[in-house]
Parts: sequence; structure tokens; C-alpha cells
Amino acid sequence: MIEINSVSKSYGSFQVLKNCSASIARGEVVVICGPSGSGKSTLIKTVNGLETIDSGEINVGGFRLAPEVTNVAALRRSVGMVFQSFELFPHLTVLSNVTIAQTKVLKRSKAAAEEKARSLLARVGLSAHIAKHPAQLSGGQQQRVAIARALALDPEVMLFDEPTSALDPEMVNEVLDVMTGLARQGMTMVCVTHEMGFARSVANRVLFMDGGEIVETAAAAAFFDAPRSERAKAFLAKILKH
Amino acid sequence: MNGLGWTLSLALGAWTIALIVGTLVGVARTLPRGILPRLGRVYVETFRNIPLLVQMFFWYFVLPELLPVRVGMAIKQMDPPWGSFVPALICLGLFTAARIAEQVRAGIQALPSGQMQAASALGFGQGNMYRLILLPQAFRIILPTLTNEFMTIFKNTSVALTIGLVELTATAREINENTFRTFEAFGVVTIVYLVIALLAWQIMHRIERAAQLPALAGGGARP
Repeated sequence: MIEINSVSKSYGSFQVLKNCSASIARGEVVVICGPSGSGKSTLIKTVNGLETIDSGEINVGGFRLAPEVTNVAALRRSVGMVFQSFELFPHLTVLSNVTIAQTKVLKRSKAAAEEKARSLLARVGLSAHIAKHPAQLSGGQQQRVAIARALALDPEVMLFDEPTSALDPEMVNEVLDVMTGLARQGMTMVCVTHEMGFARSVANRVLFMDGGEIVETAAAAAFFDAPRSERAKAFLAKILKH
Repeated sequence: MNGLGWTLSLALGAWTIALIVGTLVGVARTLPRGILPRLGRVYVETFRNIPLLVQMFFWYFVLPELLPVRVGMAIKQMDPPWGSFVPALICLGLFTAARIAEQVRAGIQALPSGQMQAASALGFGQGNMYRLILLPQAFRIILPTLTNEFMTIFKNTSVALTIGLVELTATAREINENTFRTFEAFGVVTIVYLVIALLAWQIMHRIERAAQLPALAGGGARP
């Protein structure tokens, strides 16, 4: 489904991604973890072209992304993305947030878009809030709207960039529950997250990144129980101490 | 009170031009690459750094000479007051547009960069992204400064008297010259300007209230 081949990227003289390669199968749930500044967010944003790459190439469901490819509109329609800070459109109601890309990008009829939006908002448990504006919702509710907004375009892949990092602890689970439900339904998912419990119970595999490199790729259980690289051991020792 | 009519038509006409041109130039200045951001910069620096009075003279006296002879003659032979009104309209519209362009740019740049990323990730093209996502938020942010600009444009119309448009201030001057009742003539005009300004403020205030989002006190962009 997703093939990342020898992708590198630099900001000036600072190399954020060093020769990264990974392969993600349809229906697989992959968690990318690692210390901050390791290039996780940059890597995930290259998959839908939000970050350009300097060398290498990425294939997503038949769409080829390379340094010289600039028209990525077709790719973005099949890849949904959820951001750390939600990025709902604050001037639109919850319902409009979920319908606007359907009507303007996919040219669906208003009625069809609203029907889809209502069923997705019901699925993330927000039917009661469709007429509100984002600022009237809690962080967890906003993030669930953002997930519904991304799902509205029927993506084949969902990317999550630290979806729970901006949330109060008591709201983390409501978002993780929605993500777990999606995974169970067979959605191909790539998640940058620090939620190790989620990674262990839901992810098929873990990619561990450090210093712009993919240091280790392993089945989730194997990664947590017996990390192979020293850097992964050090990282896990730090975050699992408490 | 014919002068009042000319002041109002000049201000509202110029405001329409300024909003359209200002929005386009402001958007151009925020584009990521290409020649348009630079052209936008040149426009803004030209029109806001030359005194309004000089610009008024340019459109009235200089421009007809620069154009091909036939076009220039046609402009010079326009019946009064159109011969003054049209250059004044263009002048004030384009001058105010440069100021609005800077505000639009500031409004767009005040939005979190994630908004643009989210719109891109949903597959929006550049046109739709600006029209549906960025500009509606940017205008909410800059409404207070636009109010200021809207009030200013009525006052700036008085500069048009220098190229012969008999608007409000010129009317007062004519009355003064014919009757020598200086105090009454300029007193009335002062009050009329004041009333216009207050009405303009009222209109913008209503727009601000109508555009305000629930649970966002200042109409800001952060969730």
C-alpha cells in the first residue's frame, strides 16, 4: 500500500530524514515512535506530500511521489490526515467541517455529503454537536471531528500525527477508542504517537526513528519486549520508567 | 447638498475597488513562490509611500499625457464632474487598496500554518483554500482595522477637491467665497463628516457583530 524508498530530506544543512525506507501493507497499522526531533512528523507528512522530499520516492496505492512530482491533489484524496492541533476550520460548524471537502473537492451533492457527515459524526459519538463551532467543543471532541472530516473523503490510508499529544489526559482515550475502532475495521493506518499502550495493543508493527533514520522495524510486541537496537532500548527505558 | 452626494459616491466606489484589488494583492503577497508576491510588494510600496495628493495629481494631470494621444484627449474632454470624478475614484481606490492589501496579508499570516496544511491535506486547490478557508478567517481578524480604513476613505475624499471635484469640502469653500459665512459653511461640513464617520462605524460594527463566532471573543483563529 505504501512503499517508502530511500527518502532523504534536509532543511538547509540539517538533514531531517536520512535514507528512510519502509513498506506498509494494506490493512496494516504501523506506529512510528522515537525521541522528539527524530523526524517522525516529517516522515509522515511526506506520505501525502505536505513535506517535499529531496531524494528517493514514495508509492502510495499506485501514486508515485518523487522530488520532481508537484501535483499531488489526486494522492491527497486517498490519504486522510489528522493533526496534533486538530486544525478544524474555526469559522465553520462541525457539520460543515465534515462536508466542505466532500462538496468542494469531490463534488458530491450537498445532501449526499451531509448524510455521510452525519453518519461519520455518529460513529465518533458527536451527533449531538453537529451545529456547534469547533471552539465550543473540548479537545477530544475536536479531534474526533477531525477524524470524521478526514474519513469523509473515503481515504485508503489514514495518517495520524501525534493525535493525542495536545489533549488533556482524560480525553486521550476517547480519541484512541475511535482509532482502535478504525484499525479493527481494517483501515491502513500510520500513527506517530507516544501512546505506547495503544502501540502495543493495536499496532501490527513499530518503526523506531532516531536522528532522521529508521533505526528499527519490528512487530509491536517484539519491539516492546525485546528491542534490538541500543537506541530503542534507551528510548523505551526513558518513557516506560514511570 | 450635491457635494455630499459626490463625497459618498466617491468613497463607496473607491471602497469597492479597494476591497477587490486589496484582497487580490494581499493574497498575492502570501503565495509561496513565483513572481506574484514580488509584484504585490512593488504595488504596495508604490501606492502607500507616495502622498495621496501627489497621486491625485498623477491620475489627473500626468496620466492623460502618458497614454496614447486619442485616449488622453478623450479623458481630458470628459464632461465635468466626470473628468475629475473618474481619476479621483481610481486614485483613492488604488491608494486604499495598498493599505487593505497589507491588512489582508497580515490577517492571512496570523493564521496558524496548520490551517493551510489541513486544507491541503483535504485536497483543496489554492483557489478554494483561500476562498473557503483562509480569507473568511483572515477577514474576521482584520475587521477592526478595516473599520478604521472605511472611516478614513470618507475623509480622504476631500483631497479630490484639488483636481476640481466639487465634493463636500469644495462645496463649503464655494459657499464661503459667495457668502463670506465661513463659520456656518465649514461648521455644517464638519458636522456632516462627523455624522458620516459615525454611520460608517455603525455599519462596520454591525458587520463585526454578525461575523463573530460563538465562543470566540475577538473572532480569533485558534481553537
